[in-house]
Amino acid sequence: MGEVILTMKGIDKSFPGVHALDHVDLEVRKGEVHALMGENGAGKSTLMKVLTGIYKKDSGTITYEGKEVEFHNTREAQDAGVVIVHQELNMLGHLTVAQNIFIGREFKKGIRIDDKKMNEEARKLFDRMHIDIDPTETMSHLTVGKQQMCEIAKAISHEAKVIIFDEPSAALTEAEIEELFKIIRDLRDQGLGIVYISHRMDEIKVITDRVTVMRDGAYVGTLITKDCTKDDIINMMVGRVIYEDPKTKNMTPPGAPVVLKVEHLNAGKMVQDVSFELHKGEVLGFSGLMGAGRTETMRALFGADPIDSGDIYINGEKVNIKSPQDAVKHGIGYLSEDRKRFGIVVQKTVAENTTMADLDEFSNGPFINKKKENEIAQKFVDSLATKTPGVDQLVVNLSGGNQQKVVIAKWLTRNCDILIFDEPTRGIDVGAKNEIYKLMNQLAAEGKAIIMVSSEMTEILRMSDRIVVMCEGKKTGELDISEATQENIMNMATREIS
Amino acid sequence: MANKSNTAGTNRSFIDRMGGQKFIVLILVIVMFIFFCAMSPGFRKYTTVVSILDYSYYIALMAIGVTFPLLTAGVDLSIGTGLICYSLIGGLLVRQHGWPVAAGMLVTVLLGIAFGIINGCLVALMDLPPFLATLCTCMITRGFGAMVVGGYGIPWPAAAQEGGWFRSIFKIQMGGQNIPIGFLWIILLVIVMSFVLNHTKMGRYTRAIGSNKEATRLSGVNVKFYHIMAYVICGLFAGLAAIAYSAIFATVQPGSGAGFELDAIGGAIVGGVSMSGAVGSITGTLVGVFVICLLKTGLPFIGLTANWQQIITGLVLIAAVLFDILKRKREAGK
Repeated sequence: MGEVILTMKGIDKSFPGVHALDHVDLEVRKGEVHALMGENGAGKSTLMKVLTGIYKKDSGTITYEGKEVEFHNTREAQDAGVVIVHQELNMLGHLTVAQNIFIGREFKKGIRIDDKKMNEEARKLFDRMHIDIDPTETMSHLTVGKQQMCEIAKAISHEAKVIIFDEPSAALTEAEIEELFKIIRDLRDQGLGIVYISHRMDEIKVITDRVTVMRDGAYVGTLITKDCTKDDIINMMVGRVIYEDPKTKNMTPPGAPVVLKVEHLNAGKMVQDVSFELHKGEVLGFSGLMGAGRTETMRALFGADPIDSGDIYINGEKVNIKSPQDAVKHGIGYLSEDRKRFGIVVQKTVAENTTMADLDEFSNGPFINKKKENEIAQKFVDSLATKTPGVDQLVVNLSGGNQQKVVIAKWLTRNCDILIFDEPTRGIDVGAKNEIYKLMNQLAAEGKAIIMVSSEMTEILRMSDRIVVMCEGKKTGELDISEATQENIMNMATREIS
Repeated sequence: MANKSNTAGTNRSFIDRMGGQKFIVLILVIVMFIFFCAMSPGFRKYTTVVSILDYSYYIALMAIGVTFPLLTAGVDLSIGTGLICYSLIGGLLVRQHGWPVAAGMLVTVLLGIAFGIINGCLVALMDLPPFLATLCTCMITRGFGAMVVGGYGIPWPAAAQEGGWFRSIFKIQMGGQNIPIGFLWIILLVIVMSFVLNHTKMGRYTRAIGSNKEATRLSGVNVKFYHIMAYVICGLFAGLAAIAYSAIFATVQPGSGAGFELDAIGGAIVGGVSMSGAVGSITGTLVGVFVICLLKTGLPFIGLTANWQQIITGLVLIAAVLFDILKRKREAGK
């Protein structure tokens, strides 16, 4: 760790009705990776937006390279060498890699854009990062991991001295995360200051040197990473102890009936000859790397994508699922990994979302029975402990965890016995995650059968009674929780590759 | 993880390498031309070719312009009624106020630019949806033009009259034949605007806005300015289209012009411009315009009325949009 390059002191920021930042401090040194942690809504992103000039601070000082500064927009921050790699990839899918990297500051020859020079410069950047990406490739053709590398290349090309990574690993595979870490370490060794925002505890221990924790918009404290434990950090984040211990034995009652049986399911390239059984009261984990075909399997099962061949039995009876409508009729509920796109209608209220899958039940002819709708919505708000000012609140105003609860309420309203949770805690903070886990366990105990697709190993090991592992569209293994370890799951998940 | 890295470049189809939809549509134009020639002796005449080209100028100019808003994932519905409005006002100055034709033309083009700025500001600064904003200016220009001229048609100077020289920008007489030299202007403008679209910041940012406006903004691009400029270019070309229209047709009628924009937008879409932005080219737009123009002029020759022409144009548009959707689905499925 070198000298201090960036100090934020007493940063205060209010939005109408919300005190988003309450005198927050942050110090970043040259050659360190500094984790910024906190639950969703703790103010991490707001703090970074204040730093890079997207928001204007109400009070406090920012000292950068020994001088007090205030950036008025991202452009000014970039020019000074403070660059943010965004959580949601800010990619122009239709443009090439090089065009993306140099957008806003193209090389020119007269009035003409010099694409040749841009490609050369991009290639140099990738060489420096020791990665192989073709600068002339169209951005949308790259994998998410490669797109992220391009974002980093873009940051480096600004002659950055401080790079902020906002949850960079959220959409990456294990292998891609390894590559990302290698690059981050490289940058650190070159003397850059790195701010690393993430929800993933294991990563913090691996990659960061210091941790600053925020809670509810306030500064909690800064620790040296290697001197503290995971529990220390979590305690600071939530103010209470959370145990993330793996499940050790299968909790499904012995002799529980099979409610769902899938045989030799084929659907496109990503689902090849997949067979499995799901018992009443069981949590069946689906593990694998990104692109293993888990989500595709679930979509086929739910009727969202066409099935090429294979049989599906529900409670021993063969069923024909051609559309999500059929699936819902047979009691299957699907909680998509991409809540905002497929799970909920954010501009509608909690009550409207709750009854969306079962509106007939709440209608008299063409008219919706608002009273009945509000009653059921309130019932689930209470039983799932959804934090909302009321059932008439727009879902867009809820946090990720509470949005997820609304989706669960939707399928419970429909009386679904088979619930498919696809990445149930993506983008949800630690405290809310725990509640979702508790809820899933409770649902299983009540006799619902649950499939949980997850890319997080700790989540798989913590929640599953049995685990199905997939790789490149094929099922490569099935384990009881008592025999599952990170190593043997990883082994199965990578069997076909390498 | 050495899977799926060979996405593009290596295994693209012949059609894709030839320019995709553009290429198919070009073949369609040729096939249609041959078809009409075979079906109707009247179509096989030189005068018919000239009349197709006459028709194509103003539609092509509008279409080149509207490609820019379309690429930003917007649209400009005001170009049709705008064209008539600018032409009426320019013509009025020449006819009633004794302005030189050149000055009238300049005013016509400036009016186009002015309304382009208005549209651009409504969309980029005030965040009105482009459809709505330009629908309003469509109504405004229609009313405004008719009001200024007092409801009477305006004939710009005929070829033989004083100031009629401007008609020879698009068509000259040589040895008793009409030579449609306007086509050369169109080709020239297509080349210039293709350059603008593919090799200048203006073009790059137009596409970038259509691809992901927020990301473009966060890259430090002056998004508002370039977003407005897309509509200004569109307005400029609506102004040029107004001149082409004035030069080809004897009289400009107030209240007309509604529906012109649909020919232009339709042409652009048939030529491969995506309504969802970022995808498309000027050459594609030009080829698409010729599909529309051939339908307009060709169908009457084989005995199909104007109503049929509308129906068939609609069907062609559906086919073009379906092609776009299928292509995107196929790419997403990879």
